Amino acid sequence: MANKKFKCTVCGYIHEGAAAPEACPQCQAPASAFVELKAEKKLPTGSNGYTFAYAAAMVIVVAFLLSFVSSSLRAKQDANVKLDTKKQILYSLNVTTADADAYFSKNVKDMILKNDTALVEYPAENFATLYETEGKANRYHVFVCNLDGQTKYVIPVYGAGLWGAIWGYVALNDDKSTVYGTYFSHASETPGLGAEIQSAAFQKRFEGKQIGDSTGVKISVVKNGKVEDAKYEVDGISGGTITSTGVDAMLKSCLGNYSKFLSK
Amino acid sequence: MSSKKNKEAFLTPLGLNNPVTVQVLGICSALAVTAKLMPAIVMGISVTIITALSNVVISCLRKTIPLRIRIIVQLVVVAALVTIVSEVLKAFAYDISVQLSVYVGLIITNCILMGRLEAFAMQNEPWPSFLDGIGNGLGYAKILIIVAFFRELFGSGTLFGINILNYDCVAGAGYVNNGLMLMPPMALIIVACIIWWQRAHNKDLQQK
Repeated sequence: MANKKFKCTVCGYIHEGAAAPEACPQCQAPASAFVELKAEKKLPTGSNGYTFAYAAAMVIVVAFLLSFVSSSLRAKQDANVKLDTKKQILYSLNVTTADADAYFSKNVKDMILKNDTALVEYPAENFATLYETEGKANRYHVFVCNLDGQTKYVIPVYGAGLWGAIWGYVALNDDKSTVYGTYFSHASETPGLGAEIQSAAFQKRFEGKQIGDSTGVKISVVKNGKVEDAKYEVDGISGGTITSTGVDAMLKSCLGNYSKFLSK
Repeated sequence: MSSKKNKEAFLTPLGLNNPVTVQVLGICSALAVTAKLMPAIVMGISVTIITALSNVVISCLRKTIPLRIRIIVQLVVVAALVTIVSEVLKAFAYDISVQLSVYVGLIITNCILMGRLEAFAMQNEPWPSFLDGIGNGLGYAKILIIVAFFRELFGSGTLFGINILNYDCVAGAGYVNNGLMLMPPMALIIVACIIWWQRAHNKDLQQK
């Protein structure tokens, strides 16, 4: 039988023979410290050609895998996002229901502003989930909701926090100026700090506040504990200053787009 | 299957070779997600799963990976895995995916993943690599949970969002929640205290 190779695990000495030596000639380690080196075909992992080929193959395989996963799951994800958007809108109205889809189509009408003041119905099959793009296309949505006989208006808002996008929905009473409820969410704010805008405790602070008066949008988020005008101002989140400022800016800019409709 | 070496790969990261306190990896995410207990647990579980999976994949590929681009290959494997998992969750478990969306970036860039891939999976068989991944993930989760426990308890006076210290009798005795606890530097100080405690109890870890 051909000679085998044994490697000492202590010092790396390589011994050739039928069995491991009793003691390593370099470091005197016993035979048990030797492991057999199996002859294996080594791939040319150092060569340029191999590196390029490997990188190319890897990119193609991963790209194919990701696009396959993404496109095969797209329809299901879109349906989930739509359902989630409806749930968020209902949450701003303090409605939590098991079948959000059915409740939504029964009680909520998706409308868009026409000539800044009038509302026209928006087809339900086109239900949008990205209100930033809708705003850029001059489609300002208002969700008109029938809540136990009362009319509520829900306005989508969007902006930027510290790390990424933040968005929300502001529900107004039928006087179009008193806040009935809010919902805020975020893509990647810091957990425990900025991410607290998603907590019910923060969202409840907006209830009963006034949006503004004839001079413009006045509702604002101020530094925690610095509320001077309780009619318009809401406590921010300590430690989440930039996110709080983001919510403030988001409310001012998005609700500003509706000022004519709201003051009518 | 459960030789001494495998056991070591699994158990030492929980104690004497903890990824956070001894290898000092994954500190940045330890600051980011430990203001509350719940996100810390979610992050710990996610990192454990992804470390184990990517360790197995890299360990299977280890003999074919070109040496000069091995870090890029590791990064691509991790990023692809995390993306696929989050896409699948988005389609089949939307609520969980929303919860995890904040962590996706933090998981991909977590240095525990790269550290374990480079130090362990590149040299070892898939099964020990899997155990090493689980062990390091749990070791990381352990530290996150300890840090988050103190930060949430003394910073917000709650645990899992449930009120613990915010009562009139406590406030009446002169206790106020410490806002500094919620700030990232406090996580560093708590981690440092854990390292101090651990080194004081284990002479092996002390630098000569």
